[in-house]
Parts: sequence; C-alpha cells; structure tokens
Amino acid sequence: MSYVAAKGGEKAIRNAERLLQAERRGDWALSELSLAQIKQQMSLAVARVMAEGSLYDPDLAALAIKQSWGDLVEATFLLRAYRTTLPRLYYAQPLDTSEMVVRRRISSIFKDVPGGQQLGPTFDYIHRLLDFKLAAEDNLPEYPKAGVNAQRNGASSNGCSHSFVEENGKTVERTVLSTVPRAIDVLNSEALIQPESQEKEEKEIFDLTRQPLELPARRDARLQNLARADEGFLLGLAYSTQRGYGNSHPFAGEIRMGEVEVCICPEELGFEVVIADITVTEVQMVNQFKGNKKLPPQFTRGYGLTFGYNERKAMAMALVDRSLRSKEFGEESKGPAQDEEFVLYHSDNVEAQGFVQHLKLPHYIDFQAELNLVRKMRAEYAQREEEQEVPEQEVDKQKMAEQGVDEQDRDDDHREPTPSLRATSALMDIP
Amino acid sequence: MAGVVAECDFFCLNLCVFNDIGVFEKMIDSVEAGFNFAYLDEQTKRSIRRSLLKAVAIPGHQIPFSSREMPMSYGWGTGGIQVTASVIGSDDKLKVIDQGADDTTNAVNIRRFFKKVCGMKTTEKTTEATLIQTRHRIPETPLREGQVMVYQVPIPEPLRWIEPSEPETRKMHALEEYGPMYVRLYEDITRHGHIATAYDYPVMVNERYMMRPSPIPRFDNPKLDMSPALQLFGAGREKRLYAVPPYTKVKSLDFEDYPFEVESWDRPCEFCGATDSYLDEVVIDDEGGRMWICSDTDYCEGRRVLTSGPSPKLGREESESNSVVSLLSNSEKGVGDEG
Repeated sequence: MSYVAAKGGEKAIRNAERLLQAERRGDWALSELSLAQIKQQMSLAVARVMAEGSLYDPDLAALAIKQSWGDLVEATFLLRAYRTTLPRLYYAQPLDTSEMVVRRRISSIFKDVPGGQQLGPTFDYIHRLLDFKLAAEDNLPEYPKAGVNAQRNGASSNGCSHSFVEENGKTVERTVLSTVPRAIDVLNSEALIQPESQEKEEKEIFDLTRQPLELPARRDARLQNLARADEGFLLGLAYSTQRGYGNSHPFAGEIRMGEVEVCICPEELGFEVVIADITVTEVQMVNQFKGNKKLPPQFTRGYGLTFGYNERKAMAMALVDRSLRSKEFGEESKGPAQDEEFVLYHSDNVEAQGFVQHLKLPHYIDFQAELNLVRKMRAEYAQREEEQEVPEQEVDKQKMAEQGVDEQDRDDDHREPTPSLRATSALMDIP
Repeated sequence: MAGVVAECDFFCLNLCVFNDIGVFEKMIDSVEAGFNFAYLDEQTKRSIRRSLLKAVAIPGHQIPFSSREMPMSYGWGTGGIQVTASVIGSDDKLKVIDQGADDTTNAVNIRRFFKKVCGMKTTEKTTEATLIQTRHRIPETPLREGQVMVYQVPIPEPLRWIEPSEPETRKMHALEEYGPMYVRLYEDITRHGHIATAYDYPVMVNERYMMRPSPIPRFDNPKLDMSPALQLFGAGREKRLYAVPPYTKVKSLDFEDYPFEVESWDRPCEFCGATDSYLDEVVIDDEGGRMWICSDTDYCEGRRVLTSGPSPKLGREESESNSVVSLLSNSEKGVGDEG
C-alpha cells in the first residue's frame, strides 16, 4: 500500500483500547480478579450473561465480565460475538426439567406439593440490611447443618457442579428424590390446565441464532427470543401487564432451579449421550382463562426458562410469554406486552445498545444535508413573511386613504423589517 | 460432569478453523490467528451469499438473512461488514469510507478489522478498489464494471415511518401499495413547499420495489441509477439484505411538477476547486468562520494531485489527509506508521 491516510485515527483507536485495559485493571497494588473468583462469587452476574449471551459457559461469561469492567450488557455482547463463530454441531434433546436435581422449588398455588416446598438460596425473606461484616474480608460462611437439603460441594473447579450430600432427617430424603414432579401437573389430571406441547407437530424447531425472526412468530421463536431478552426490558413489560396494560393475573404455579442433564443423540450413534449438567431456572405461571367458543374455561400457562439462577428474569419471561399468547386465546390485545412485534423486535439488548449508541458515530454528511434544507426552508419562510406584509400594507394604505392620513408619515414605521425577520436574515447571512 | 462444555470451549479458544490456510500464510503477517478468513465461518458466508443471490434476482426487494453478531456493535455497520465478509476474497482490494472519508474513525476501524481477519490489500483510491464498503456516501469518482459497493443500512424499510409494523409493510410491498409514501411527500410540499427529506431519500428500483438507499444525502441518489457496479445493501440488526444489480433503473420519487432535485453549492471546494462534489461545511473558528471542502477525501486528493500538485496552503507532503484539524494545526504529521 503506497498510500495510507488516517494514521491518526488508527493510533487513537489503539490508544483507546490501551486506556480501556489499563483502567479496567485499576490500581496495580490490588490483586487482580481471577475468573474463578468471578465465577464463584458473582455467579448471578455470570448467570445473567450466559442467559442473555445465549451461551452456557461460565468460564467465558466470567472472562467477558472481567473484560467489560463488569458491564453486563457489554459482557453479553462479547459472549454473543464469540458464540457466532462456533459451529453448530448438534441440537440437544429437549431438557427434561421434571428430572431436575432441585436446589430451589416453590409453588404458590398449593400449600404443599409432592416433592415439597424448598426455599433454597433465596433473597426472598432476607432483610435487606447492608451487612457491614462482609466489608471485612476473610469471610467463610458455612452451609447450614440441618433442615437444608443440599450442600454445595466446596470449591469445585467450574462453579456449577453441585453434589447433594445426605444429611439426617426427612428433608434430605425429599431432595434425594431424583424426580420432583411438576406442581402444575396436579392440575393436568383434572384437565384444568391447558396442556403444553400439543403443538409439537413435525415442524422443525426454529433456531433464532441461525434464522432471521419472521412475523408472526411461532411460540418456539418467541420463547427463544424471550429467553435471551434483556432482563430489564422484560421486567418492565411484565410489570406493565400486572398494572393493567394487558390485564394479566397470574399465579406462580411453580418456580424451580437446579441442575438438568443435556443430552444429544448423534445420528451416527443412534442413542443419547449426556454431554453436560447445566443450571436452569424454570417458571410456570398459571392464568385463569374464562374460555371461548372453542375452548372450555381452564387455566393457561406462561412459561419462562433461563440458563443459570435467574429467577426475576424467568418470572418476567413467563408473564410476557402469556401476554404474547393473547391472540391465541382470542383475548383483547391492548398493552405493549401483548404486541408480539413490539416485544420481540425490541427485547434484545445487544441490538438495542448498538442502535442507540450508534448515534455517536459521525453523521456530519446527513447533518449537512439537513442544514442545507433547513436554511433553504427558512429563506423561503422569510420570503413568504415579507410577501404577506405587502398586501397588508396595501390594505393599510387604503384604510389610511379613507381616514385621510398622510402616506408619508406612515411609511417610516414599515421601512424596517420586524425584529424577528431581522434575526432570520442575519442567520441567512452566515455563509 | 458439570461444566464439560464450559471447559472444552475455554481451552479451544485459540483453535483455528482455517479452511484455506495455504493461501492465507502467504498473505500478511498481521492476520489475527484463531479466526476463519473474514471472521465468519464458511457455512454462514455461504448462507449470506445465497441471500445475496436472491436479492440480486429481485432488485430492491428486502431479503431476510441469518444475520450474526459481529465483534462490532450493531449500528456500526454489521450488515455491510457481513456482506463484505461473505463476498471478499484474498485478491480483493478493499476501500472503506464513512461520510465519504477514508480517515473517519469508523472507516479506519472497519478497514483495520478486515486487514486483521483477511489480510487482503486495502486502498483509498476509488479507481483501484474492487470492493467498497460505505456509510452515508457514494464516491464522486464514477464506479466501473466489476466493482462492488457495499452499503451499511440502519433501517432497510422505506415505509417504516409511515407504517411501523413489519408484516404490514411487507404486504404493502407485495401489493406495490406505495400511495401513502406519495401522500407524505405531497404533504411535505403543501406544508413546506418542498419534499423535506434531505438524506435516505426513497427510490423506486427497476420500476417495482420502493427502496431506502441508506442514509446517503440525496445528492448521491442519481449515482445509484444505471450504475455499472453491483450495489449490495446490508442491514445487520434488522437482518435484511437487498441489492441493485449493475445497470438497473433507480428513480428518486418525485412529481411531474415537483421534479427531484439535488442540492448545489454556490462555491467550489476550497481545497481542490471542485464544483461537482458534495461539500462538507467545517467550522474553523469561534466566530462562525466556515470552510467548504469535498466530503470525498479521495476525490479531493486526486484532483489536487492532477491540477497543481500539493496545494501550498496545505503543506500536503507530510499531512496524511485533508482532515481540517490536521490542516489547521499542521501538527499531526506522520503520527504513527501503520502499514
């Protein structure tokens, strides 16, 4: 290349990158954050980044969080940009969440359910008081001894491996149940709740990461979109349905969080192989439905599933999923959360952050075009104003003639353009 | 058991997926290891090319495509970047402009990206380039046969501000129901005496599809018409592609009594004296002083070389571009020495 311009720009970009790295690291006197620390001690951030980055990989999510100064949307973006480069080798078999090794499981529609209510690690009943003891380091909180079902298996290398140790007492027996039936299934036996999976059909499952979203979207596309949608966006939408923009009165049928197996079934093998255990949060909301001509009165579901322990997001997802089904049930659609196009096209934070922030890029050519146009239109506006004044003057003259006022006297008042017009023409003069 | 996937990925970070490593090694030293040629994997590039073929077959019609996340943000030209990545070859010469200039940060950054993941040659000369990716301008130098223009598109749908719903606008295109757009232009004229659209001015392609030319100033619209170059448009976030094949009729919307017009300046470029190019107004001091210069840096440069060599006013020998800042301060000479 004989000809290279823009060295300044290139250098500026390189320096920006170095500044970013240096400021991320901060004071060298402090030890550097390790990925293991992020994975272990900021696991909810890792879970959010995995969910919205749509890649289950705690190591890479931790790396992304470290690299992005803890900006989780930026971390999500990093993970997505990496996942694009990965080949799609297999589609997993559907997860069987009834086979989940449960760490938390509650149902708000029954006092007790087969398998039991299990709070697990939750903020729900914690008094939100700043724990100043935590400010000091070297905290080594221990797992509770009794009444707890599961114990975390110390410092596992990958942060998501948990084994369940048998303790004394009944509670443990419950946990060790390999299968915790879904609470909602109780309603199934009476056919009170709309069966899921009727629409399973032979159709190939939509893949949002490989196919462009097209509307109207099938439920598989919608759920995939919601599963990796921005948590804040979904939370706001879900909240809006509760406050009246969409009229949704759900019950938390069941919320469960724990480990499930991921199986693939390679054609060349012809049998299933478990390739990983992953943590997921699953939420099933139950909504009343009064029925219509085709469907008897029954309960309907909203479904939420996310990677990792991500309960707020999963609940919001379930609410929005149900709202988006309003058409299916012939309900009146009047809230933004029921508008499929509005929700699905604006839910992705990687897309949204990009388009909002692209306004930082140079736009001076388009601005120049607007500038030219506005100047031209202002000039014409000023001209029109002047033209309008002439007939007025003539009318005045006639009036004055009628009243016998000397034309000479009046003329002075009209010689100068009005102050606002002066300002306009002053502006015009700027070349 | 748990985390198998995780660890696997983590340690495979640097595994390459090169398909044509032989060609590759000969190219350039600075090519980033660990990524396929042009970043995207071959399957993805193929799928984008299939969509591009469709787009070329139906000029001006928007084709959904499987847009991917790129390592640059949506809004930074990911659509154009994916199109470029899927058509670029190791023998291509790439030019990247933003606002008409090769030296704006975004242009520099995209060029840097392709150098990193392709290692092919880049150029700033419109005449030398085989592939030109652009944002907001079409070069002043007429394009020729064999060249490919790639436009970065933020919103591909010309009817979007009239009808926000995608299924609705698709229907309108299918039925060629473009009345509402003409009504809007008509309303502009009755209210303002003008069609108040200065850029991204809608066009009809091949007398069939209404198309957004991307946010180029309407000054550039006539260059779209019967262009000998292949023109490809990519909208990454919106996941749409469209194309104008060579020698296709592209007409800017207008009325018989209000014909389409482009803006003109009552002065020439203060660097090269061009009277036929799009001028950019640059504020040069606090007193409202301004200067009008070509927005197309390559065109301006070329004309100056042709006429009188480096303009004395500029001290061109060392200054690396006609960026006004460097010109005024004359202090950026030889900053860095990137190849």
